Amino acid sequence: MKTALTINGTTYQLEADTRTTLLDALRNHLGLTGSKKGCDHGQCGACTVIVNGRRINSCLTLACMHDGDEITTIEGLGQPDAMSALQEAFVRHDGYQCGYCTPGQICSATAMLEEIKAGWPSNVSDDLGTDIRLTAAEISERMSGNLCRCAAYPNIVAAIAEVGGDKS
Amino acid sequence: MKPFDYDRAKDATSASAAAAKGATIIAGGTNLLDLMKLEVMAPDRLIDITRLPLKEITRTSDGGVRIGALVSNSDLAADPTIRTNYAVLSRALLAGASGQLRNKATTGGNLCQRTRCYYFYDTDMPCNKRAPGSGCHALEGFNRIHAILGTSEACIATHPSDMAVALRALDAKIEIEGSGGSRTIGMEGFYRLPGDRPELDNTLQSGDVITAVMLPAPVTDARHVYRKVRDRASYAFALVSVAAVAQMDGDKIKEIALAFGGLAHMPWRDGAVEDLLRGERLTPAVLDAAADKLLADAKSFGGNDFKIPLARRTLKAVLREACTTGERT
Repeated sequence: MKTALTINGTTYQLEADTRTTLLDALRNHLGLTGSKKGCDHGQCGACTVIVNGRRINSCLTLACMHDGDEITTIEGLGQPDAMSALQEAFVRHDGYQCGYCTPGQICSATAMLEEIKAGWPSNVSDDLGTDIRLTAAEISERMSGNLCRCAAYPNIVAAIAEVGGDKS
Repeated sequence: MKPFDYDRAKDATSASAAAAKGATIIAGGTNLLDLMKLEVMAPDRLIDITRLPLKEITRTSDGGVRIGALVSNSDLAADPTIRTNYAVLSRALLAGASGQLRNKATTGGNLCQRTRCYYFYDTDMPCNKRAPGSGCHALEGFNRIHAILGTSEACIATHPSDMAVALRALDAKIEIEGSGGSRTIGMEGFYRLPGDRPELDNTLQSGDVITAVMLPAPVTDARHVYRKVRDRASYAFALVSVAAVAQMDGDKIKEIALAFGGLAHMPWRDGAVEDLLRGERLTPAVLDAAADKLLADAKSFGGNDFKIPLARRTLKAVLREACTTGERT
């Protein structure tokens, strides 16, 4: 099955079995190994990428369903010599130990901060209004789809709070 | 995952025709692909409906709302009209899954998601829902998450959706494109109890494609509550959940709609409980009578014994909240 994927601004022509998930396409077919395979069942969030501006689990979607879509992976958010604000904040706050979940955490947090800017409420929001305060409880709830088995959560929350605070 | 053919539907009619010939419809795919990886489901052909124009939330002429089947759970929860007039639906959606999953999961797909019964997921185990006639090991096995109302000898699975519980309380209707044209089914007729056919989650027929969910005009001056009790604070399925929409007349209940998740093979609603509450003040005796009525036929299976007292307490807490401090529309 032929599929055109625009990833980090570059269009790739993928020829792959219909069973190929977006995650496997990125990692195994296109050599973009920043997105990680943790559980492969949408439970851990290590595979999180941003598709047409929305964060999703790339392990739970077929590459062939994304013909023409715009995909951003961790490689597109920044590079070691030009890190994104969140990448810098994760380094500064030591928001990881082993680092395996980190690309997913950062992709997820990048899109999550946009969701807050758009005024999306969460399960812990006091009301359903659009004025969202970026509390630790809000960050934890909104990031619950990203597990960190090293449990670097306090530092992850601090990194996100710093960047989210600067933005708002 | 077993090999399969993949096609994109041109319109709802062609999707319906493909489904009538045995194709499995895929939209968000967050549950279906998970089940396909485990080979709990192994369709020969997928028909992708994600490019159909079913992503709008529009007002209807009767003052209600039409939600396209492909509206994502995120977009539905954040929609200004839903937040303002149907708060219980926003709250139920926000209580479910994770941010990533809500971005992908659709309104129609959420309704069609399968149970999370451990035995359904484990292809080494018998399961009457996955392999009819093979037996049910949940009955005497690990059944902490299982049903206490409307169960059968064949199946004690629960329906996992939070959204569907809110839709049941809101008297939503499902719009369907089928082999015989389009039709609507009320939420009360969409799901079914397992009986001796637990392989059927709902009353959809071969070739049916959900195209929209219709909400009636909002109940005016009501209070909305969705409370979900689960094993962790976020990203877990309900052990017990309650959706409530209450209208008060002073300190008496004028009208109330109550739907329950985590208790049965479908979102549970019991008109007798609502009848008992209508016109009453929430005294301890009334709260007890409502819980007694709801759970009169409850049956537990060991691991889920706790659900009977938990449902009782959750109902009482939700009633108190719905009649005082719930979100007002």
